[in-house]
Amino acid sequence: MKHRYLPMTEQDRAEMLKTIGIASVDELFADIPEAVRFKGKLDISEPLNEQAMLRHMRTLSGRNADFDRYASFLGAGIYDHHLPVVVNHVISRSEFYTAYTPYQPEISQGELQAIFEFQSYICELTGMEVANASMYDGATALAEAGALAHGVTKRRKLVVSRAVHPEARAILRTTARGLNLDVVEIGCVDGVTDTAAIASAVDADTAAVIVQSPNFFGCIEDIAAIEPVIHGAGGLLVVSSNPLSLGLLEPPGKLGADIVVGDTQPFGIPASFGGPSCGYFAVTGALMRRMPGRIVGQTVDRDGKRGFVLTLQAREQHIRREKATSNICSNQALLALCASVYLSALGKQGIRDVANLNVQKAHYAANALGSRRGMKLAFASPFFNEFAVHLGDNADIGAINAKLLEHGFIGGYDLGRDYPELKGHMLIAVTEQRTKEEIDQFADRLEELL
Amino acid sequence: MSTTSQTEMTRSDVAAVAAPALDVKPVKHDKALIFELSKPGRIGYSLPECDVPETPIESIIPEKLLRKKPAELPEVYEVDVIRHYTALSRRNFGIDNGFYPLGSCTMKYNPKINEDVARFPGFAKIHPYQPEQSVQGALELLYTLQCDLAAITGMDQVTLQPAAGAHGEWTGLMMIRAYHESRGEKRTKVIVPDSSHGTNPASATVAGFETVTIKSDDRGLVDLDALRAAVGPDTAALMLTNPNTLGLFEEQIVEIARIVHDAGGLLYYDGANSNAILGIARPGDMGFDVVHLNLHKTMSTPHGGGGPGAGPVGVKRKLIPFLPAPNVVRKPDGTYGLDHGQPQSIGRVKAFYGNFGILVRAYTYIRSLGAEGLRQVSENAVLNANYMMKRLAPYYDVPFNRPCKHEFVMSGRRQKKLGVRTLDIAKRLLDFGYHPPTIYFPLNVEECIMIEPTETESKETLDAFIDTMIQIAQEAEQNPELVQNAPYTTVVKRLDEATAARKPVLNCSCG
Repeated sequence: MKHRYLPMTEQDRAEMLKTIGIASVDELFADIPEAVRFKGKLDISEPLNEQAMLRHMRTLSGRNADFDRYASFLGAGIYDHHLPVVVNHVISRSEFYTAYTPYQPEISQGELQAIFEFQSYICELTGMEVANASMYDGATALAEAGALAHGVTKRRKLVVSRAVHPEARAILRTTARGLNLDVVEIGCVDGVTDTAAIASAVDADTAAVIVQSPNFFGCIEDIAAIEPVIHGAGGLLVVSSNPLSLGLLEPPGKLGADIVVGDTQPFGIPASFGGPSCGYFAVTGALMRRMPGRIVGQTVDRDGKRGFVLTLQAREQHIRREKATSNICSNQALLALCASVYLSALGKQGIRDVANLNVQKAHYAANALGSRRGMKLAFASPFFNEFAVHLGDNADIGAINAKLLEHGFIGGYDLGRDYPELKGHMLIAVTEQRTKEEIDQFADRLEELL
Repeated sequence: MSTTSQTEMTRSDVAAVAAPALDVKPVKHDKALIFELSKPGRIGYSLPECDVPETPIESIIPEKLLRKKPAELPEVYEVDVIRHYTALSRRNFGIDNGFYPLGSCTMKYNPKINEDVARFPGFAKIHPYQPEQSVQGALELLYTLQCDLAAITGMDQVTLQPAAGAHGEWTGLMMIRAYHESRGEKRTKVIVPDSSHGTNPASATVAGFETVTIKSDDRGLVDLDALRAAVGPDTAALMLTNPNTLGLFEEQIVEIARIVHDAGGLLYYDGANSNAILGIARPGDMGFDVVHLNLHKTMSTPHGGGGPGAGPVGVKRKLIPFLPAPNVVRKPDGTYGLDHGQPQSIGRVKAFYGNFGILVRAYTYIRSLGAEGLRQVSENAVLNANYMMKRLAPYYDVPFNRPCKHEFVMSGRRQKKLGVRTLDIAKRLLDFGYHPPTIYFPLNVEECIMIEPTETESKETLDAFIDTMIQIAQEAEQNPELVQNAPYTTVVKRLDEATAARKPVLNCSCG
């Protein structure tokens, strides 16, 4: 068959077979036993030509309610932020996106330097000394942080706040099962982790306390109050943080965190139904050589020129096999590049401005909703760009969101899905994308629906 | 020279500079970091005015929670951003720049239509927690892809959640562990051949297993006696790549499966080498119980400079209850949804539903080729590899003299005797505008060179590369120093990796 991706002509095939000294391609597969050969045609979707493919994909895409057509108040880990147009232009350079891992540094300096800059950005935002080249996403990075804490302390208990993203906690449980670790969950008071409960849960076998700030409810945790509890017991403090919030909030590294993780989706990465995204992973200098994943380091070439290489790291082929403490040997390079381009464009002033816009709009929305009939803010703790609203014990959040969709809104997250005690609560995210008009209309519609 | 990108060099440039460059003193000129371009007062962004009444931040968030010192991000304008990253891109080599025969990585062409469709707003700008009725197109795509991948691998059901091959391995092994435990069996050992990918034993370790490594026989295949000796009541699984990392098909696969299954173990298929067998043989028919595919290899999605990828996992019926949550399902009324409730599920392995944007690209690829096209892909990939092996065999040692599949290994031991290492050969290839093959893997071949041409390369491209390899073999004999000191044409020369690891400088400490 002829296909635009396949260059082999009949003449090529004949010449190559002749060089090899065989009569047909089938002879190259003679070592596949007859019993396991596939006969017939794979039962898969019918092929489409380019024109039909584009039409088909437009149809499928058109069946989804996207942020261009709907105003989204949904967050819970993935946010509708403005995507500066330069980001897509840079990541569309095929020298970046069609490259493999930078194993040959002489022809991969562009990617290596981009990762080095990404590591620098993450250190600056988190206040940590070392960051790696990125992880699958924020949730898996959190689980890896738990595994690292176990590896370093040799302790088997992980104390995690229930205000950590439910999916991150679920992955942590799966990871802990693999490593035979125990996970103990800590409840909340007024939307933030119960520090007294942490103190009673932490013991001499606790590898780490894991919190998220801003947490799943949007509330900012008092990390300074949690820090002495775990360090007093000789364990590590792991903080997961929305990196956009660190444009304004004190970085966890300055508050005593040993490992800081999170997801850089707010930095120019499309929501894309939840993936691919890009996790970040940063540690203190003391943990540098224990950090999972890829790391880029600066060095010099034979002529003394500055250059960059993968270092201290496990590559696919050189990972320490059964001695490895993590099996991660790739990163999310292209999305780390998104984040770097975003941060380069925003810069020192822009990161504060966009974080401030999120705070202002979210607080305006919270006040607007909290003053409406039938709605009440769930928590009084300080928050960043997300907050929980109580819509009534019998409010059916799913049905309300279905109705909101008819009015052009993507409603908030149903907290009752993960927290039985928060049935009838909606988690609402307000980013710089939302206008005052949209917020006011959203409040009107929501009030009408109650 | 020093500021010229490798990718800008034509072949005649290379020929002109390659030899004399030995005497050239390059100008010392470092590419600036973005932080080094910063000038206070410049901005590179455009944000909306605050259209809600603004309140001082200190009155909203207690001061003790606020940042004391601003993050020292660079202050650059939009042109700086574009020029900086364009310059970096020119210091990088991708498939669109040239031939990339990196064994085990399947560096095939990344079709452009895949990139375009993944950016459609209905795919790129949707939220994973939107009501199901508002994402039916996305769910239908995922469901269809699950079914197509199940058909391609011969498995009964597929999860699309794992983000990478290693992530798929771990997911599959956690399912194998849950399966044995559900039967009241404590099986602690995972067997891997010595030619296996390093991630196999690493994944086994983080899934809580011990690894048993068995040697290959002198034909490069699983040694059946070693396997028989290794299996027992503690065997959880055998992890196998087929064709294996030497590019050879495990001819005894039926017997291998019988030995493992008779001992009560399961068979795990590492799908890294699936590009050899699409529509020709299916892991499910070979006896494998769990399979992962690397969509960034076999299904043409771009590697992105190291990620994102996708590593879906397929399983046989008996393992379906253990699949990670959630699964995409087709409901009786013909709509699509997410099934979160499987009591025996291993739980979550990834936030949301996997790397959706990558899955969109893989779906597009599969539908651009179809069943007949995918089979053609594998036939051409295998023919290309055998052609290259045949033509290179007189110049480099080929340790396994039989047809390979989509890739093959050579040994640089003949050149090593002349003082030229495989690493030197790889570096010399850079001067000719090629990405080198995978080197020093698998571990069981001395001075290994592993070549995978893929099906998207033309005979002209293969011939030009082969001619270059032959020239380098001759250079190794006649002028080994020329090869030992390569590369000459790249933006940097060989880098001091030892110092990088001994005295790590891992960020610019700009703050």
